[in-house]
Amino acid sequence: MQFGIFSVGDVTPDPTTGRTPTEHERIKAMVAIARKAEEVGLDVFATGEHHNPPFVPSSPTTMLGYIAATTERLILSTSTTLITTNDPVKIAEDFAMLQHLADGRVDLMMGRGNTGPVYPWFGEDIRQGIPLAIEKYALLHKLWREDVVDWEGKFRTPLQGFTSTPRPLDGTPPFVWHGSIRSPEIAEQAAYYGDGFFANNIFWPKEHFQKLISLYRKRYAHYGHGTPEQAIVGLGGQAFIRKNSQDAVREFRPYFDNAPVYGHGPSLEDFTEQTPLVVGSPQEVIEKTLAFRDSFGDYQRQLFLMDHAGLPLKTVLEQLDLLGEEVVPVLRKEFAALRPAGVPDGPVHPAAVTSVKEEV
Amino acid sequence: MERTSGTERMSGTERTGSATRTSTATRTSTATRTSGAGPLRLVAVSAGLSKPSSTRLLADRLAEATSRELAVEDRKAEVEIVELRDLAVEIANHLVTGFPAPVLSAALEAVTGADGLIVVSPVFAGSYSGLFKSFFDLIEPDALTGTPVLLAATGGTARHSLVVEHAMRPLFSYLHALTLPTAVFAATDDWGAGADAYAGGLPARIDRAGGEFAGLLRGLTRATNGDVGESDEVVPFEHLLANLK
Repeated sequence: MQFGIFSVGDVTPDPTTGRTPTEHERIKAMVAIARKAEEVGLDVFATGEHHNPPFVPSSPTTMLGYIAATTERLILSTSTTLITTNDPVKIAEDFAMLQHLADGRVDLMMGRGNTGPVYPWFGEDIRQGIPLAIEKYALLHKLWREDVVDWEGKFRTPLQGFTSTPRPLDGTPPFVWHGSIRSPEIAEQAAYYGDGFFANNIFWPKEHFQKLISLYRKRYAHYGHGTPEQAIVGLGGQAFIRKNSQDAVREFRPYFDNAPVYGHGPSLEDFTEQTPLVVGSPQEVIEKTLAFRDSFGDYQRQLFLMDHAGLPLKTVLEQLDLLGEEVVPVLRKEFAALRPAGVPDGPVHPAAVTSVKEEV
Repeated sequence: MERTSGTERMSGTERTGSATRTSTATRTSTATRTSGAGPLRLVAVSAGLSKPSSTRLLADRLAEATSRELAVEDRKAEVEIVELRDLAVEIANHLVTGFPAPVLSAALEAVTGADGLIVVSPVFAGSYSGLFKSFFDLIEPDALTGTPVLLAATGGTARHSLVVEHAMRPLFSYLHALTLPTAVFAATDDWGAGADAYAGGLPARIDRAGGEFAGLLRGLTRATNGDVGESDEVVPFEHLLANLK
């Protein structure tokens, strides 16, 4: 099982000081956070993709390429790559290039984004969100698997005799996850290709995602990729950790109350009860995360959101120390002990197997 | 329960969270709609804010008139009342977070799973109240397609009575609900002598609406709504791909 962090890349004022980091500071902080993730023994760093303030990560492969050069084991991923508004040809090229530079330590997550105007900004129609995701990914899938592609579709100019370069490293394309918070079509798409399905369940109650994940597992088996239990599932999580539970709650509350996504809404107590957010001691984070398995079955990747809502870099790095030293080692052991034989590990490119540390 | 209502209460009333349920049979919380022989699920949404509330009273009366008329032809109805006042904070939280707290989730399921919906709002600033609209903003766009809806409103004077036609009906047309042509407006005066006493007053209008709504419910078979599905409901990927051509 793989553990990591995913970053939205928001530039948010620290509500306790009123100070807003500059874009430069935030970008450098994301890099420092990724490097810290490797240092504390995490497996994955994933960055979001956004094209509007207050978010900085508009150019994920640039950032991930830089991180690749300063890390050795960390898998570099996205959360998400906008399949609807990016050109699949450019995604194929950018991520194949990154894959070579990072010696295979690359995968990516397809998503449709959460900002409506991105569609018109990139010349697309939001009402075509699902058809765009389906057609563009079908082309991307082909570009990585066929050396010479003839293609014609609804949403992009045709290709005749086109070869996407560089070819995927050692002929194995990056592993692809499909992220969705509400569309059964995307679970179906992930199942059809035998790709991974990532449920970013951090803001919603689990019942909603149980339906999507169980649909994905069933359809994964339907398409002959394995048993439902062998389907590749990833989950989001969100934690704020201090040695002592009361300290965690006291310190995190102002960040929660003013957070861009859920601030000024429900209380911290209600939100932790209804969603995967956990604010407390390492033991509490371990218990809540282990419970994900009861809801969703054995899964392959757990990503935590740790660096949002204006938390200062110093705090985030302390959080990663606690996550990497006190939470993840226990989770690795517990999950491994519970996992039946035949359930696969998290996906790793063959070229990266020796560098990416795999547990048990 | 309010005790101000002069009407007889329906039997078997129990209070569960924010929803007051009057039932003749045990009911599961599934959102699938009934068809055929079982009791009809009648859900009345009241956006009244005071306690006791004339908006709630009108909702109760309309549910009762509809049930009575259904009973004439041996159709049983289970009535569930959704009081938006009790859900006000959860409604605001859902707007902010994008997901419903359990108690609100149950109310939304009751409404989208109803065989017939009675919706009653007080008139605020010339329209339905903001709380009423906020609740229906949380309904998935297709979830009320084909659902029979009886519209009703309350206000200080009869000069507001076209709110049911000019504000409420377009909202439910947008949701593709099947609104009953007869809607009921109750002004404060209507609870006394009433402005239209010569035509039988508010009780007669409630009875007429209940009778017509019962007729509509009896005559209808229902389409199923599109919940996040089990595998037999999913569109196979080959079809999704083929639809692009």
